[in-house]
Amino acid sequence: MTGHNGQRVLEVHDLQVRFGTRRGAAHVVNGISYTLDAGETLAIVGESGSGKSVSSLALIGLVPQPPGRVTGTVRFGERNLVTCSSEELRHVRGNDIAMIFQDPMTSLNPVLTIGRQLTEGMQLHLQLDDRAARRRAIELLDRVGIPSPDRRLGDYPHQFSGGMRQRVMIAIGLACDPVVLIADEPTTALDVTTQAQIVELVDDLRRDTGMGVIWITHDLGVVAGIADRVAVMYAGQIVETAQVDALYEHPRHPYTQGLLGSLPVLGQPERELATIPGLPPDPVHLPSGCPFWPRCPQRLDERCETERPQLRDTGEGNLVATFYEAKPASEAVS
Amino acid sequence: MASYVVRRVAQALVVLLGVSVVVFALVHLVPGDPIRVSMGTRFNPDAYEALRARAGFDLPLPVQYGRYLANAAAGDLGVSFRSGDPVTTTLLGRLPATLSLAGSALLVALLIAVPLGIFSAIRSGSKLDYVATVFSQAGISLPDFWMAILLILLFSGVLGWLPPSGYVSPLADPIGWLSHLVLPAITVGVVSGSILTRFVRSSVLESLGEDYTRTARSKGLHERTVVTRHVLRNALVPIITVTGLQLAYLLGGVIIVEVIFAWPGLGQLALLAVQSRDYPVLQGTVLLVAVVFLLINLIVDLLYAAADPRIRYK
Amino acid sequence: MSAETATEAGAPVEEHAPRWRVLLSAVMANRLALFGLVVLGLLVMAAVLGERLAPYPPNAADVPERLRPPSLRHPFGTDELGRDVFSRVLVAARVSLQVGFIAVGISLAAGVLLGLIAGFYGRWIDDAIMRVTDMLFAFPAILLAIAILAVLGPGIANAMIAIGIVYTPIFARITRGSVLSVRERVFVTAARSLGASDLRLVTLHVLPNVLAPIIVQTSISLAFAILSEAALSFLGLGVQPPDPSWGRMLAEGRGFVQQAWWMGVFPGAAIFVTVLAFNLLGDALRDALDPRQRSAIESRGLTA
Repeated sequence: MTGHNGQRVLEVHDLQVRFGTRRGAAHVVNGISYTLDAGETLAIVGESGSGKSVSSLALIGLVPQPPGRVTGTVRFGERNLVTCSSEELRHVRGNDIAMIFQDPMTSLNPVLTIGRQLTEGMQLHLQLDDRAARRRAIELLDRVGIPSPDRRLGDYPHQFSGGMRQRVMIAIGLACDPVVLIADEPTTALDVTTQAQIVELVDDLRRDTGMGVIWITHDLGVVAGIADRVAVMYAGQIVETAQVDALYEHPRHPYTQGLLGSLPVLGQPERELATIPGLPPDPVHLPSGCPFWPRCPQRLDERCETERPQLRDTGEGNLVATFYEAKPASEAVS
Repeated sequence: MASYVVRRVAQALVVLLGVSVVVFALVHLVPGDPIRVSMGTRFNPDAYEALRARAGFDLPLPVQYGRYLANAAAGDLGVSFRSGDPVTTTLLGRLPATLSLAGSALLVALLIAVPLGIFSAIRSGSKLDYVATVFSQAGISLPDFWMAILLILLFSGVLGWLPPSGYVSPLADPIGWLSHLVLPAITVGVVSGSILTRFVRSSVLESLGEDYTRTARSKGLHERTVVTRHVLRNALVPIITVTGLQLAYLLGGVIIVEVIFAWPGLGQLALLAVQSRDYPVLQGTVLLVAVVFLLINLIVDLLYAAADPRIRYK
Repeated sequence: MSAETATEAGAPVEEHAPRWRVLLSAVMANRLALFGLVVLGLLVMAAVLGERLAPYPPNAADVPERLRPPSLRHPFGTDELGRDVFSRVLVAARVSLQVGFIAVGISLAAGVLLGLIAGFYGRWIDDAIMRVTDMLFAFPAILLAIAILAVLGPGIANAMIAIGIVYTPIFARITRGSVLSVRERVFVTAARSLGASDLRLVTLHVLPNVLAPIIVQTSISLAFAILSEAALSFLGLGVQPPDPSWGRMLAEGRGFVQQAWWMGVFPGAAIFVTVLAFNLLGDALRDALDPRQRSAIESRGLTA
């Protein structure tokens, strides 16, 4: 456990999200479970369509129901966020659990000043008056690295660059000192240099405030430096979860191996980038058995096509959803 | 902002110049001699010569156009072929009636469209939404002159609550004026309101689906605050545009309704001018409506800039 | 919702079914559109058969029978000259459809041609054509039609021309917009480099691609054109007496609102149902062919 104090803040058990569509029920999140401790960074990694964003929106009741349907438990303190009233949930949202989103261009309201967007949450949850809220907004903008924050409160989002807008988003997320920050691919829309700055900023803030961070990304490379643990999602399930070093050093699920294989490795420019052939399954027609078997290069057990493998301990710190002892990546990919 | 205003004004002036050419051409496209045609059987050589001289029909066309433009800019739109009265005076006398009808019709339209559009967007897919959709589909297809007759039948004929037609000055008899205004304003307002309802619904629905709305919800704001502060503020921009356009079209679109309700506005004047071939009056009416139309468009664009900071700073 | 959930929850339907089948199934699936189709079928029947379906000759006066309320003998009653209102409403379907189709035909031909020229050749031709359409958009439709009729003189043929002119700019704009987006696509560039002539390019590559929005606009314009004809005839500028036309009958009925409500109510209902049918059909076509295009209502909000 690298540098966090270990108090459990969030416990997700068997979370499921389904959407009613014209073609039938889409099984988008299929029973995921994980925990988050204070001061910890959990990375949830997966391709687009793996259900990682939806599962995090479901935590704080942002999945529209209907057409969505959320079941399972999300234990936060005394409450189960899946079943508590929308009014209770509203007090948690933005106050105890905050969220920052992928696209800072569209996630900020274009017709309101950033000062307004920053202070409205504090005024509601912390009952600050205008002056106190303004003072806090300036502090927050300063903390996330916006130069001369007092003069920028009256500006509109379009007057900021992409990276600066994401900093504003982060300041909004921090407005009420949340216990948990959910970062839904906050760097995807940014250029590489800015990405690194934002990742670092969130990590600094985590260290300062002791909040738990759930970092959702499709890019294992982005979170390698800051995550404590990684959960890999595929077709709405967690297929492998491990401490970050264990996952990178000995990935055990063929999908994780495929994801790692598609990362360029510094200093090995000649190595061919591996890709996983095929596409993720349609959530309306999930394959029976392991959702990954149609694309799996190993498929070492006859149960793969009929039975869903559960997460089990490999003894090296990895929990993996396969039936067999997978070969190490180097042998498997060759 | 200043350069934006200048640019928009310049654009409007260019279109206005084109409009003036069309309006000027109106008289010259009439087969034969428009003054003789307009006098018909009441032909009087002296009056004819006087009108001809005043209209300057013997001059080359570009010179005539130049004169027309210069006079129009100075507020002189010529004299009626029929009454000999200055067209400008006649138009100004008619303008308040049309403006008050168009304005109150717009009020009716907004009173229908804003609540109905917002609620059917928030409850999209519900029964209320379905009813609103059917209402706006029917409203758009309603011939206003038919609706006028139905309203007169009901409120004036069967119930006897309101006068079937006519006009009294609001200065002389405010209550009487209002009672004469209700039916024409509802007639025009319902059609316009059904168009606006659809617009309000689609812009609110669009705004509800935007990322910033999700951000607002993620802050734990009350749903009421999310809708009023975040969704409606954004939906306002397209709604302002269409409302302005509706007002502009209402000014010309009230013609038939004015005729049915004997409402002494510009529309009724235009029809009288066509029937009596009083071309200067027709020209003046068309020009005035076009000018008001362009003016409203201009104001709408400026309001638009006020509602959307992205445009303001461009 | 994120793009992720949109793809997850969205429903891609059959992708390669022939276009006419997609269209047909879309119209059949939409009960409102089906209603529109049925109404149009009845209208066309009335227009073609006209007098042969009508129980009475439409212009036959029968003064002793004047101003009779609806009854079994006269389902829509009789007018001030004793003419059968039902027969007149039935026969008037012909002139409404005629004016609608011919006027929209004029707008369609002129507008598409102008739009193609503007979009395809660009530069000053484009500028000139688009400024003219801007100007025409500066007049409320009905006022512009009245002004044109003031020049041409009242009458059914002139009403068609006037309505045709009024609705030309919208076709020009739609066509131009579509041409501009199609023009730069690779296949046109490729065809041009192979030495295809302009005419060939337009007919083979550009026209099929602008077809969808134009079909939709045609249906919507038919509704507005029929409405305009009724309005002009109501004002005495369109169809001239004694020929029956819904707008005229309504104008005549207006004088008898208190004594004979049926004289105005039935012709007006005919206009309403016809316009509604075209609008419903237009919206269904738009949903099927070109979901990004504006609905009938929205396009009226912008251009009526």
